[in-house]
Parts: sequence; C-alpha cells; structure tokens
Amino acid sequence: MLQIADLTIRYGGITAVHGLSVSVDEGELVALVGPNGAGKSSTLAAVSGLVTPAAGRIVFDGESLVGLPPEETVRRGVALVPEGRNIFGSLTVAENLALGATIRRDRRAVAHDVERELDRFPILRERYGQQAGYLSGGEQQQLAIARALLSRPRLLLLDEPSLGLAPLLVDAVFDTIAELRRGGMTTLLVEQNATRAVALADRSYVLRTGRAVRSGTAEELGGAAALASEYLGETTEELPA
Amino acid sequence: MSPLIQYSIDALNLGCLYALYALGVAMVFGILRLVNFAHSSLIMIGGYALVLTAGLPLALRVVITVVACVAAAVLLELVAFRAVRGANPATLLVTSFAVTIAMSSLAEAVFGALPAAADVHPALRESYSFGTVYVPKLNIATVVVTALLVGGLSLFLTRTTLGLQMRAAAADFTTARLMGVRTDRVISMAFAVSGVLAAAAALFLLAASGSVTPGFGVDAVLFGLIAAVVGGLSSLRGAAIGGLVLGVSGQLLQSFLPVEVKPFRDAILFAAVAALLVLRPQGLVAKAEGVRI
Repeated sequence: MLQIADLTIRYGGITAVHGLSVSVDEGELVALVGPNGAGKSSTLAAVSGLVTPAAGRIVFDGESLVGLPPEETVRRGVALVPEGRNIFGSLTVAENLALGATIRRDRRAVAHDVERELDRFPILRERYGQQAGYLSGGEQQQLAIARALLSRPRLLLLDEPSLGLAPLLVDAVFDTIAELRRGGMTTLLVEQNATRAVALADRSYVLRTGRAVRSGTAEELGGAAALASEYLGETTEELPA
Repeated sequence: MSPLIQYSIDALNLGCLYALYALGVAMVFGILRLVNFAHSSLIMIGGYALVLTAGLPLALRVVITVVACVAAAVLLELVAFRAVRGANPATLLVTSFAVTIAMSSLAEAVFGALPAAADVHPALRESYSFGTVYVPKLNIATVVVTALLVGGLSLFLTRTTLGLQMRAAAADFTTARLMGVRTDRVISMAFAVSGVLAAAAALFLLAASGSVTPGFGVDAVLFGLIAAVVGGLSSLRGAAIGGLVLGVSGQLLQSFLPVEVKPFRDAILFAAVAALLVLRPQGLVAKAEGVRI
C-alpha cells in the first residue's frame, strides 16, 4: 500500500535520512524504531508532505506522494498524528474534531464518526465543549488520534504517540493502537518506546542515523532484549560519512 | 454632566475607527504573520473608488467600494505576497512597505498628488443635538457600522466552516494543513476580510475629511498597527480592544489636556503605549492558551 524507496531527506547541509526503504502492506502495523535523530519523524514528515525529500520515491496506492503538500496527502487518505499532538489549544474539543473532518462533505456520516470517536474516548465526550488546551497530555493524545481518524484515512501515521505520557497512559495509547489494528487500520508507527512498539507491530524497522539497520518481525529481530542492547550501541557506523 | 457625555461619544467614535484599522491589520497578521502596512493602500483605493463614483446612489457606491477593496486585497496577496510567503518577518514587512509606496505612486500618476474632493453623503455632516450635546450623524454611523462588522466577523469566524479553518490556521498553520485546510483559500479569505474592513475605513475617513490623496490611509494604518500591538497582535479580540483603548485615550487626552500641551498629544499617547509594552509585552489581551501536561 505504501512503498518508500531510497528516501533521502536533507535539512540544509544535514542529511537526516539516507536512502531509506520501507514498505507497509494493507492492514499492517509497521513500526519505525530507533534513537533520537535516527530520521523516524523526518520519514513521516516526508510521507505526509511536510518536507520535500531530496531524493527517493514515496508511492501510496500506486501514486507518488512526493511534492504533494500536506493538504493534498490527507485527501489521498494519509493522516498524520504529529509528534507533540499539536492539538488546537485555543479551540474546543468539538472544533478540533470538526477540523479533523475538513476534507469531508458527508455531514451525516461525519456526525456518526464523531459519535464513534466519543464512544472510543469517553473523556472527549465529557470535555466536548471545553478548550482543548486544558486537556491533560493523555487526553490531548486521544483527541489527536480521534481527529486524525475523522478524515477516514486509509493510512495512519503515528509520530511518537507515547512521548511524555505517564506509564498508565502509555498503556492506554498502545491499547488504542492495538484496537485500531484489529479494526484493520493500516498504520505506520514511529516510537522511541521500541520494546512495546516492536512487540505490537507486524514488522519493524530499526533506524540509526537515517538508515534502516535491521528489519523484520519481533522474533526475527530477536525480541525486545536484543533490541534494547542494540540501543546501547555497539555498532561501528555511528556517524554518516 | 453633558460635556462628559459629549467626550464619551467622541471617544467612542475614535475608538471604533481605530478598532476598524487594527482589525484589518490583525486579520492578515493572524494568518500570515505579515505586518501588512499595505492595508493603507486598500483604504486609499477605497477612497478613490468613492471619489470616482460620486453622484451615484450611496448604496451602489458602497458596494463598488467594497468590491474594489476586496478585489485589490486578494490581488495584492496574489501578486506581491504569495511569492514571499513563509519568508522571514523582515522580508514580509519590507514587501508591504514596497507595495504601499508603489500603490501611492501609482495613485499619484493616475489621480495627481492634489486632494481629490468628494462627499460621502450630505446627511453625514449633520448632527443631532440634545441640549448642549452634539452627536454628529457620522459618529453614529461609525459606531453602528463598526459594531455590525465586528459582530458579523465574529459570527463568520465562530459559526462557519471556513471561519473555523481560519482560526485553526491562525493558531497553528502547519497542523491546519495536515487537517486538509487549503493554504491559499484561508489566506485569500483573510485578505478579502481585510478588504471589507478597509472599505469601511475609507468611507468614514472620507466622510470626515472630504478628500483623498495618494497618502490616504497611511496615518490610519499606523494607528491601527499600534492599536493592534497594544491589544495583542495575534488575537482579533485584542486588536479590537486595543483600537478602542487607544482611540478612547487619544480622544480623552485631546479633550482634557491644557491647550499648550495639546500639540504633544500623540507623543504622550505613544509614551503611554511604550510604557504599557514594557509592563505587558504581550499586549492587553494575552492569548488564552491553556497549557497543561
């Protein structure tokens, strides 16, 4: 469904991603894990159109996404839940959700979908008319996910959904991701919490300084313990040439 | 008692005018982070539109003026500001100065540097008198029209889809785009709204002064900009309140300062603005942004 091939992303003179190739099949949950600065978020930014890659292909459903602005990629069916949630704090929960459905014209179906998200995240129903800025971090993450789902995406991009959350809320976020996966949502997940992400995902890519150093299922990657040691870093290619 | 009422009415009038200018500037700033000095060009265009249509029925002149200002606003964005979109604030500001100078030179070439006189409506020169209190009809028109415009604008922003998209874009443009909000559409709309506000400003300025020059509107936008900064440049409510506060204080100073100090009215007013910004750099109305982790 999504094929990323030889993706290279540069910011000025700094290369964040070096020829990365990633594929996501329909209904799959794929995780990109790796330390800070590995190029995970940059990859999602390129798919959603926030940055234009220096080289490489991004093909979604047989069509190239390269060079499309974010307001177009969301119309193609790709929704990003950005790192840090980026909810509209000065707007109400209701308005945030309405904005999630910006690309849709089918008002009745939108109202139905809003109900479904409020059932999924009951706290949002309680806070429906309140300013979203007053929600806690975990509640904001729920709002950000609900908002993204309201565009009816065929591919969901989740950027560090558990970042900065208390352990109990991290559990809740991973429960939500698992539930979405059971519902058949195709998802590309970026996480620093590699152990949990890899355990949940169908397949994972381990990124380091902009390259995929390993990929496969949790078993193929040797389980969580092996990954954790990989983070401690006994590789020889620390820095790009 | 009656002089006090008189002063309040005059003050409210000036406050509404400044609020009108400030809103025009803040509307564009909110979305683009562009300090649009060229808002004065829109007011100037509105002024000449009223001069050129002198003799037609007022309603028709108003429609023509609004259309001219909105078209000019959208066109200016397309021609001048789209190419520098996303550039640093200094580049944007210089571009808006360049547009202002180019437009006033163009007006000078077409209409000459001399004032072009025109009346808006003879009734606007009349006053109602209640005992010793005189209320010019123009002041009533200014207050009523400003109130209607502010009310209409807030309904548009809170009750319509496009209004919601504009508020989202003003709060966080990147995330708004991720939601599918079309950049060109909200930016054009912000300029169009500023065009409507400029048309109203042109109408009241011309009704008060009776003539238009190529520099028409420059002072107005200067005060509007200061008013918007006083209120808090990034919120429309702040701009409106800043306009009211600056206009009311200016008019009260005008009324109560001793004659020999009156020439320094603006100096005193701007010193007060400077002092305010030292104490409250974010302006009178801080952004109501709840932050909690």
